This record gives sequence, structure tokens and C-alpha cells, in this order.
Amino acid sequence: MPISPDLAIALTLLVPVIGFFAIWLLGKSPNLREGATLIVGGVLLLLVLTIFTAVGNGESPHFLLINVIDGLNIEFRVEPLGALFALIASGLWIINSLYSIGYMRGTNEKNQTRFYMSFAVAISSAMGIAFAGNLFTLFIFYEVLTLSTFPLVTHKGNDAARRGGRIYIGILMGTSIGLLLPAIAWTYAITGGGDFTLGGILASHVDEVGPILPILLGLYAFGIGKAALMPIHPWLPNAMVAPTPVSAFLHAVAVVKAGVFSVLKIVVYIFGIDLLRDTGASVPFIWLAAISILLSSMIAMNKDNLKARLAYSTVSQLSYVTLGAMLATQMGIMGGAMQIAMHALGKMTLFMCAGAIYVATHKQHISEMRGLGRVMPITFGVFFLGAMSIIGLPPLGGSWPKFFLMVGAADAGQIAIIVVLMISSIFNVIYLLSIPVQAFLLEADDTTTKPKGAKGALIQWGQLKEAPFWCLVPPIMTATGSLLLFFMAGGLYDYLSPLLGGAQ
Amino acid sequence: MNFIAQLPALPIIVPLLLAPITILLPKGRPAWIFATLVSWLVFFFCANLLYQVYVSGPISYALGGWAPPLGIEYRIDLANSLLLFLVSGIGAIVFPYSYNSIMSEIDERQSPAFFAALLLCMTGLLGVTITGDAFNVFVFLEISSLSTYALVALGARRDRRALTAAFNYLVMGTIGATFFVIGLGLLYQATGTLNMADIQAKLSTLDNRMVQSGFAFIFVGMGLKLAMFPLHLWLPNAYTYAPSAVSAFLAATATKVAVYVLIRFFYSIFHAAYGVDFSSLYAVLNYVILPLAVAGMFIASLVAVFQEDVKRMLAYSSVAQIGYMLLGLSLGTETGLAATMVHMFNHALMKAALFMAVGCVVLRLGGHRIQHFSGLARRMPLTSGAFIIAGLSLVGVPLTTGFVSKWMLLQATFELGQWVVSFLIVASSLIAVVYMGRIIEVMLRQPEDEVLPEVKEVPLTMMIPMWLVVIANIYFGLQTDLTVDIARGAAEAFNLIARGAL
Repeated sequence: MPISPDLAIALTLLVPVIGFFAIWLLGKSPNLREGATLIVGGVLLLLVLTIFTAVGNGESPHFLLINVIDGLNIEFRVEPLGALFALIASGLWIINSLYSIGYMRGTNEKNQTRFYMSFAVAISSAMGIAFAGNLFTLFIFYEVLTLSTFPLVTHKGNDAARRGGRIYIGILMGTSIGLLLPAIAWTYAITGGGDFTLGGILASHVDEVGPILPILLGLYAFGIGKAALMPIHPWLPNAMVAPTPVSAFLHAVAVVKAGVFSVLKIVVYIFGIDLLRDTGASVPFIWLAAISILLSSMIAMNKDNLKARLAYSTVSQLSYVTLGAMLATQMGIMGGAMQIAMHALGKMTLFMCAGAIYVATHKQHISEMRGLGRVMPITFGVFFLGAMSIIGLPPLGGSWPKFFLMVGAADAGQIAIIVVLMISSIFNVIYLLSIPVQAFLLEADDTTTKPKGAKGALIQWGQLKEAPFWCLVPPIMTATGSLLLFFMAGGLYDYLSPLLGGAQ
Repeated sequence: MNFIAQLPALPIIVPLLLAPITILLPKGRPAWIFATLVSWLVFFFCANLLYQVYVSGPISYALGGWAPPLGIEYRIDLANSLLLFLVSGIGAIVFPYSYNSIMSEIDERQSPAFFAALLLCMTGLLGVTITGDAFNVFVFLEISSLSTYALVALGARRDRRALTAAFNYLVMGTIGATFFVIGLGLLYQATGTLNMADIQAKLSTLDNRMVQSGFAFIFVGMGLKLAMFPLHLWLPNAYTYAPSAVSAFLAATATKVAVYVLIRFFYSIFHAAYGVDFSSLYAVLNYVILPLAVAGMFIASLVAVFQEDVKRMLAYSSVAQIGYMLLGLSLGTETGLAATMVHMFNHALMKAALFMAVGCVVLRLGGHRIQHFSGLARRMPLTSGAFIIAGLSLVGVPLTTGFVSKWMLLQATFELGQWVVSFLIVASSLIAVVYMGRIIEVMLRQPEDEVLPEVKEVPLTMMIPMWLVVIANIYFGLQTDLTVDIARGAAEAFNLIARGAL
């Protein structure tokens, strides 16, 4: 299909919206409805691949939707980082849709049509964020993403879900309107525009922005609440009231990555890494990110609820990207960009495993999972791989971003940051690897009641009671992806290198 | 006597003459259809006027052939043609909407009087906007105000408190009008003329205590009429107890017209009086209007958060939103003025849609307290959708008109380096997130109230007008040629008028 990359941008936004209506109309028949989700997912992935290859060939696809006020356009322009984010999001959406089918049917959730409809809008807005050509467009889709995921967070409809949802939307909307919007308006007022430009647009107005640079950077860093930089993180653990596919895809991939992606993109294309390095404006934020990394790891260690532990681990891992951006060195940026990809695959694997365990056994607490590895060896084996990737152990993809971040920290002369990264990895080992280790090596507390296994489970041989097929295959796919990405890091590096502005 | 030449008089003359005929018509449907047709005709005239002004510049029309400054001059430029378009447009939408709503809320025998009063109210507002004669402003202001008092009082059938609300409004409104006319008297004493352009010309060589106190009286008088915080006390009750259609019309138009009058007097008349450096007027803007605007934005928004009555909440939100308009004005720059005018237009659209949605709820569920909204998304999905979109617009979510307003205000404040004010703007809109979010959550997430009857959606005569306004909320959030361009042109023109006299 010869679709021009420019047109493909428009279609990536439109196709999920068509899917939204298709899902609505087909709501009565679940099989057709899920079929619509998967077809839309497939088409979307093809479109994104078109754009991805075009960007790889050095093109810069562009699409202007509408001019709202002069200088304020809804406009898209794709660069490597955005293309990568879009590829991850659209690829993982398909995997997550497969998983959702297994999970939502396995747990008999209500309102499944609304669930899939909201997902379609969320993915469309994630595409909008990935391809946004200026701050204004980014902001629009950022807000749409918040609003469209609200029904997903409150899906269960009980008091806990309502409370979690209120915190979720309160923090995300509050920071975006209260901090991000003025930051964007300020940027437009100073520079007269907000187009993402390599090298940054603030650099040429250094006289005006000089004194307020740290303030502006802070507005962006905290205004993008989705990046969950402490203390703007509480929405993320609270969002865990959502069904696991939502946590897996949105709160490990689309929403949180949209946040750190925005931070990275704004640092590279609005501030410009040279400006930040020369003025040192980002140094305080290096330390805020470092504190965020360590502190949330410590909180994670004390969480017995598996999803809560994963959520705090996500807060910690997201700050790696912020850290990379704030280091303002080429290797720091590269580390942050790779972390977006690697952490997405790794954390999604972990969340999907957590969901699989829940579907099969209805267990949420780590203390109850002792000995469960002997019953669900595949699930916990895959969990082990995912955890290794998050920690950064070879041969899994997650090791590369840690490596680049350390190099970046050394380049920036922040030797202490290297120590922080090492301590964080040790924390990760403790709180992530302990889970599969306990599951495999320890005896279950309660050996009298045998786990029943899930309804429709493919593997129910003797001792083995695995989760349903569609809860099991998707995490295997993402874990394999993590493994493959370790060996493909060179290609990824080359693909992202235009971000660094030439040298090295 | 061709049509174009007489066009400026038609939006006033036609409804003014036809309103009394409405009273004579049979009650119910005939009166409604007649009034609706009149409102559409007026909208057609105003749209034409806007087009004329946009294409070929300001129009001056001498009423009855008496040349200004002796005769009354209708003077239409970009600023007031935009407002004429707005007021008549809201009228043309509220009239068709009003039938079902009004028939359930007021005594049917009063319906011809109701439609006549609403027509007169619209005429008055249009007259205030169109005229270039200072005293004529007062006359039309009283036409609209007197009919408004009657309209608010008509809510008494549903809730007797409408009577005290109307009486309070009458007292406060009359004080405002009196202040205004005293101010005009002082100006007349000082200059010997009532034509605005003429006053301006005379004032350019004149600055004395009389002019200054005239200015003060006019400012306070208009402050009452436009519900500037803390002179807003009449507004919440009036909006809450008036019939739904009246609330929708008033919230969208009356205060906007008063803000316009304030702008007109500031820029077309007094600006010149205080010399090009604008310094004493600046003092008023910076030390009086700016703090009051900010105080209104915060205090009224906070009060709105704790309201159990949705209409009252929207009324307090109006007071807060008027704060935004005054804020733009108080910056004293062209961008700020443009932001004010854009927000006047946009806020009219959002509040009209919100009050119309509340009217739909009142029609079906018989009340506008927050419990009537519980589970509304399942009872009346289309009405809820309209309310939510308009609510998001009020909060200032991108792709809606509210965002355009807020963006322009932010630009205006950052441009001046007043970034503290910028943060106050966003902080107060966060309070709007809270009070709108609270209602939206009740609509979406709460179970339906068992006590209330099962209901179906409202009839199409209400649904279509409401959704037209909702669509306008999105359309003008994306396509700002009409609003932003004209507002910028108008702001530029105001600045030129102010400086041109010197």
C-alpha cells in the first residue's frame, strides 16, 4: 500500500477513532468487537511502520491539521524519538489487546465495550503526542489522553475506583493546567512559537529566558505529571485500581511514556541540550530525579501488593528518563530514549504476569505467592526475565539504557549519579527478583487447598495450573522482545542518533 | 431608501415595534412562533451588519436623519458588531429553545408577556451595544433591565424566591443605573454634549474634578450592572430563580453588554481625557480593576465549589468569569483587550450551553439541585454530553472556546511580564476544574436517584438549539477567524480611537 508518510500521520489519528465507533456499534457481539480492536491495531501498526521507516530514511513527515490562532497550529512533524514511541505504543497495543481479551473475559469484567472504546481514544491520543510538531499540539493530546483514560481507571465503579480516579485526574489535570499550560504559554510569549526544532528554540532568546530558565524547566518537569517525577507521582499508584491490562499498557507504556517522552522531547527540541549544559539550569533536576529514583524504590520494597510494588518501581524507572534528559549530555539523552523502549517492554511483561497470576489464582499479595512458581512456572519464568530487564542485567534490553546513563553521567561530571544508579539496581534486585525466587524456592504457606487454575487455561497438567492462553502468550512475546532488543541496540542507537544533533 | 442604508436601525426598530404585538397574540404557541421569527430576523440583520463592518469598515447612522452630535448616532464598528452578532445569535437560539421549558415553568397565560419581555430585553441589549450616544445607552439599558426584572420574577411559579431575587436585582440594578446616569449628567455638564465621539473630542482638552467624578460614577454604575466583584450580590439569586431560558439568555448576554459599555467608555471617551500616557486611568486599571478581577476569580470560584444548586454554582462561576474579562481589560494593552472581547464571546457560548442543559434537566426532573444530576449520563445521555462539553470549555480544555480565551489572556499577561497574574489565572481555572468536575462525576459515576421518575430525553426544540451552542463551543475553539481576528481588529481600533483624538 503506497501511503505517503504524511498521510499516514493523519490516518494514525483517525483509524483508532474509526475503531472507537466500530467497537461501539459492535458492542453487542464481543467476538466481532474484539476483532475490530485487533484489526484497528494491525492497521495502526502498519501505518506507524510506514512512518517509522520513512523517518529512518531521513525524511521528516509533516501534517498540518488546522490553524487555530495564527502561530498556534495543530500540526504534526515526526522525528526519530516520536517514531520510536509511536512504534512501541502501537505494537504493544496489539499485544495488550490480546491480553485484555484473556483478562477481561477471565475475570468477567463489566462494561467491556466502554473499556475497549476508551482504549481506542487513548491510543489515538498517544499517537498525537508522539507525532506532535509543536507544544500546543502536544498539550492537546496530552489532555485527551488524561481524559480518555479516566473511565479506564475508574472501570470497577466502586468507591476505591472513584477515589483513585479522583486523585488520578486531579493530579494530572491540575499539574497540566496549573504548570504545563503556563509554561507553554510562556514559551510562546518569549519565542513567538513552540515548534519542536533541533537545538531548541529558547537558545536564541537566551537574554530573556536566562534568569527564568530553571523556573521554566521546573514548570515543564512537574507540569508533565505523567512523567511521575516525585512529588507528582501519587496518581500512578492510585491508578492501580484499574484492571491489569490498563495498568500494563497505560501505566507502564502509553501514559507514563507519553510523560517522559514529552520531557525528553521538550528538553531536546525546546530547550536544547547545549543551552541546559551551558547554563547548568538542569542540575537541580538531576538531583530531584535521583531522589525520585531511590525514594520510590525504597517505597516499592515495602509494598506487599504486587501491582503497588510495580507501580512504585515504575515511578523509579521513569525518573531514569528524566535523569537522562536533565543530564543534558548526548549519552544521557540516548540513555533516556532507550529507557523509554526497554522499560516499556520489561514493565509490561511484569504487569501482564501480575494479571495472569490474579486471573488464575486471585492472588494480589506477594506474601501469598510463595511456592506459586511450581504451579505457574511459565508465568514466573517470564516474570523473571522481565525483572532482569528492568534491573538492567544482560542479556536483556534493559541493560543498555543503564549503561548509557552511566556514561552520560560521567560526561556531565556527575560521578555521584553513577553511584545512585548502582544503588538503584541493587534495590531493583531486592524487590523484583525476590518475587520469582520466593515463588520457585519457598514452600507455600497453605498447602491444603490446591490452586484451581483459571477457567479456559490451556495448561492444566498435574501440578501445573497456568493462566488462560491469552494471558500467557502476550507476556512471553514482550519478554522475547526484551531479549531481542539487547542484540538490536546498535540499530536503535543509529536510529536515534539524529536526536543528538550530529556529533559522535 | 435602500435596505443596506437603513440596516443599522433595523435590529432595534423591528423588535421594538413587534414586541407589543406579541402580547396581543394568543397564548402559547402563536406568541412563541412569532417571537422566534422576530429573533431570527434580528439575527439576520446583525449578521449582515457584522459582514458589512468587516468588509467595509465602521458605519455611522444618524437616527431619523438628525445629524450627530445633536441627533442620536448609531455607530457600529468591529467591537460592537461582534457583540450585536453574539446577542442576537444567542436570542435566535434561546427563543426556539424556550417554548417547552417556559410552558412547564411559568403560567401559560403569561406566555405572550414573557416572549414580549424577552424580545424587549434583547432589544435593549442590542440598543446599548449599537448606539454611539451616551444617554441613549442609559435608555436602552433601562429597557433591558426593566424587562429583565419582570423575566426573573416570572420564575415565581416554580419557586417563590424568584420574587425577592427580582426585587433585589431591581434595587441593585436601579442603583447602578442611577450612578450611571449621574455620571452622564456630570459629563454633560462638563462638555455640553452626549454624543460619545463628541464627548471624547471635548474631553481631550479638559481634565477636572467633574470629569473625574463622572468617570467614577459611571465606573461604579456599570460595575453593578456587570456584576463586578464585590458588586455581584444580585446575580446569584437572579440567575438561580429565573426561568431556565431566561438564565441562559441573561448569563450569555447581559453582563457581556455591560462589560462592553465599560470598555467603550474607557477607550472611546476617557482614554483621551487622561492624555496619551494613560496614567490616571492606568491607576484605576491596576489598583482597582485588577485586584477586584483577581479577587472575583478566586472567591466566586471557591464559593461555586460549595454550592448544592447547579444553577447557583453556574451563577457564581459567571461572577468568576467576569473576573477574567475585567482582568484582560485591566492589563491596558491591546492583547489584553482582545482577550477580554474573545472571552466575552466565548463565555457567552459556554454559559448559554450550560444553562440550557440545566433547563433540560429542570424540564424532565423538576429541579436543579445536585441530586437531580446523579446518574444523569444514563438518564439523559445527550443532555449530559452537552453539559460535559460545555463544562470542559468552561474549564478551558484545548479544542474548546474556553482554551482560546485562556490562551489569549495568558499571552497578554506574559507579554507584559506579569507572570504572577498568569499563574493566578491558571490557579483559578483549577478551581473551575473542581466545581465542574464535581458535577460531571456525579453525572457519570453516581447511581440514579431512585426517588426521581424515569425520564426520556428533552424534545427536539430544546435539543437542537442546545447542541448548536455546544457545537459552536467546539467550532470557535478551532476556527477563530471570527472571534480572535475581529477582537484583535476591534482592540486595535479602540487604541486608534483613543490615540486618534490627540
